[in-house]
Amino acid sequence: MTATAIRARALTRAFGETRAVDGVSFDVERGELFGLVGPDGAGKTTTLRMLAGVMRPSSGDAEVFGESVVADPARVQPRLAYVAQRFGLYGDLTVRENITFYADLYGVADADRPARFARLYEFSGLGPFEHRLAAALSGGMKQKLALCAALVHAPELLILDEPTFGVDPISRRDLWLIIHEMVAGGMTVFVSTAYMDEAERCDRLAMLHEGSLVAIDTPAALQARLAGRLYRVRADDPRAARDRLRTTPGVVRANLFGDAVHVTVADPPPPWDRVIRHLTDGGVSVLEEGPADASLEDIFMDLGPTEPAR
Amino acid sequence: MTPAVDVRGLSRAFGSFVAVDAVTFRVERGEIFGFLGPNGAGKTTTIKMLAGLLAPTSGLATVAGYDVTGDTGPLKQRIGYMSQLFSLYADLTVTENIRLFAGLYGVRGERFDARRDWVLEMAGLDAQRDRLTGELPLGWKQRLALGCAVLHEPEILFLDEPTSGVDPVSRRRFWDLIDRLAVAGTTILVSTHYMEEAEYCHRLALMHQAQLIALDTPAGLRASMDAPLYRVTTDAPAQAVPALRVLPVVADAAMFGRALHVTLHDERNAERLIRTALGDAGQACGEVTRIRPSLEDVFVHLVRAHAPAGAA
Repeated sequence: MTATAIRARALTRAFGETRAVDGVSFDVERGELFGLVGPDGAGKTTTLRMLAGVMRPSSGDAEVFGESVVADPARVQPRLAYVAQRFGLYGDLTVRENITFYADLYGVADADRPARFARLYEFSGLGPFEHRLAAALSGGMKQKLALCAALVHAPELLILDEPTFGVDPISRRDLWLIIHEMVAGGMTVFVSTAYMDEAERCDRLAMLHEGSLVAIDTPAALQARLAGRLYRVRADDPRAARDRLRTTPGVVRANLFGDAVHVTVADPPPPWDRVIRHLTDGGVSVLEEGPADASLEDIFMDLGPTEPAR
Repeated sequence: MTPAVDVRGLSRAFGSFVAVDAVTFRVERGEIFGFLGPNGAGKTTTIKMLAGLLAPTSGLATVAGYDVTGDTGPLKQRIGYMSQLFSLYADLTVTENIRLFAGLYGVRGERFDARRDWVLEMAGLDAQRDRLTGELPLGWKQRLALGCAVLHEPEILFLDEPTSGVDPVSRRRFWDLIDRLAVAGTTILVSTHYMEEAEYCHRLALMHQAQLIALDTPAGLRASMDAPLYRVTTDAPAQAVPALRVLPVVADAAMFGRALHVTLHDERNAERLIRTALGDAGQACGEVTRIRPSLEDVFVHLVRAHAPAGAA
């Protein structure tokens, strides 16, 4: 058994003139929780679709458990589950009927079903709702049902495209508990997200930008890239502090993070006390300031998406 | 001065299902007022009633001085509305979409030219003005939709989850625009699931199961959470959650990025109890620090406090 779950090599997909994904290569190990982040239009969904064998690459290839998704996607598909942003649930079928539909589709043996269903109900909390129509579920519960339907054939690889899109914070936590449980059970999970706190939970992350891979590393290693250049300021008026910092020499970026401002300074860094003096000279009263750990969002901005926040 | 929005006992039922249940609040002019709540809490229904798109079952609401249950024609000239499924035409260019919305709102002649240029500049779309809207990245479409919603210079702007699914940088840029509009005097009512966006609101209304369960500034909401909260780092946070949840002193434990946020019933011996529990579970415990709650902590805390046991 190979230790590699996914091996993408120069994976490329063009739509007319545009290369949505352009020569992307990476490996995902078995059992990894692997995240894909990047600005809108960076190629995340296209990458996921190619890995799931539902879209053919223009060139390059990806192997999933040693099988090429180009040569024979049908050999790969039974071993993976792909949950698209608009997953195909049937609104006029009940929770149980939806899961049964996917069990039939993937040929799950009748003998395996009782235990499989019980386990899916247990971790999703959908048991009490098994006879409710899918259309009558809340957004968070629909996402859980989509996940259950995708997991019914016990895939070895789970591919999730922004699973928490439009989901409230509590349902988001529940979904992530399920994801962590799958990983703890040995499943490989490949997930795209627009939430940086979700990205931070991954074992490794790939950052896509305009179809190309701009970084691939553990979250901690990515965050270390801004070591010594990131500071945090709390002020009585955080917006005024941010605006003043944006005009301060030596400051590359200043953005609100909660009620604090994260400040990225140039490389080599200017003297920090001079930055603070410029701030207080501008009439901002500073409550707290000092070096801080970069968040993944700071890194994301530093890797240069198309639209610098102003 | 009359408030921008004045809501008293507003309710809406769909058959036997009560989507919004006797909600009362006021929004002052120039405020950025945020709506938070789980999926299905009634946020969208409330916004639709205030935008004159859905009639209330009972209760009163005035928006810009107009009764939303009366003739909503004049009201619609004073408000802008943008939902998560914004209504741009993919097969029209950027400028054509702006022209279409201008026509709907009666913005014509020199005023149209001035407003179109303003929208293109504000949204950073001047170089894209002749591109088909369907070809634009989501974050750009969203700024165009915002521009179309404020073409007629409304006093009050309703935004229903405007940034869902948009990347962090585009979200920030969008909020910079909202800030600009608010500074210029526009009142903004916005719903969101992104807790970092909630921080940018002047006040927040938290809805749960059709009712308003909290209404305060972000700082006020944070201060209202009196349960002690700790940030804990371990080598295997996902496995640490169940190990901590079984402790009687632990009210809740959840992952925040790679760290854990642990809410306690009692602060005494907190660090020792957490370290012992993790040690017994075979985990290497790193830092255990008392922290100020994030808005997500507050959100979960308040919703759980109002939910029947086990339902959230």
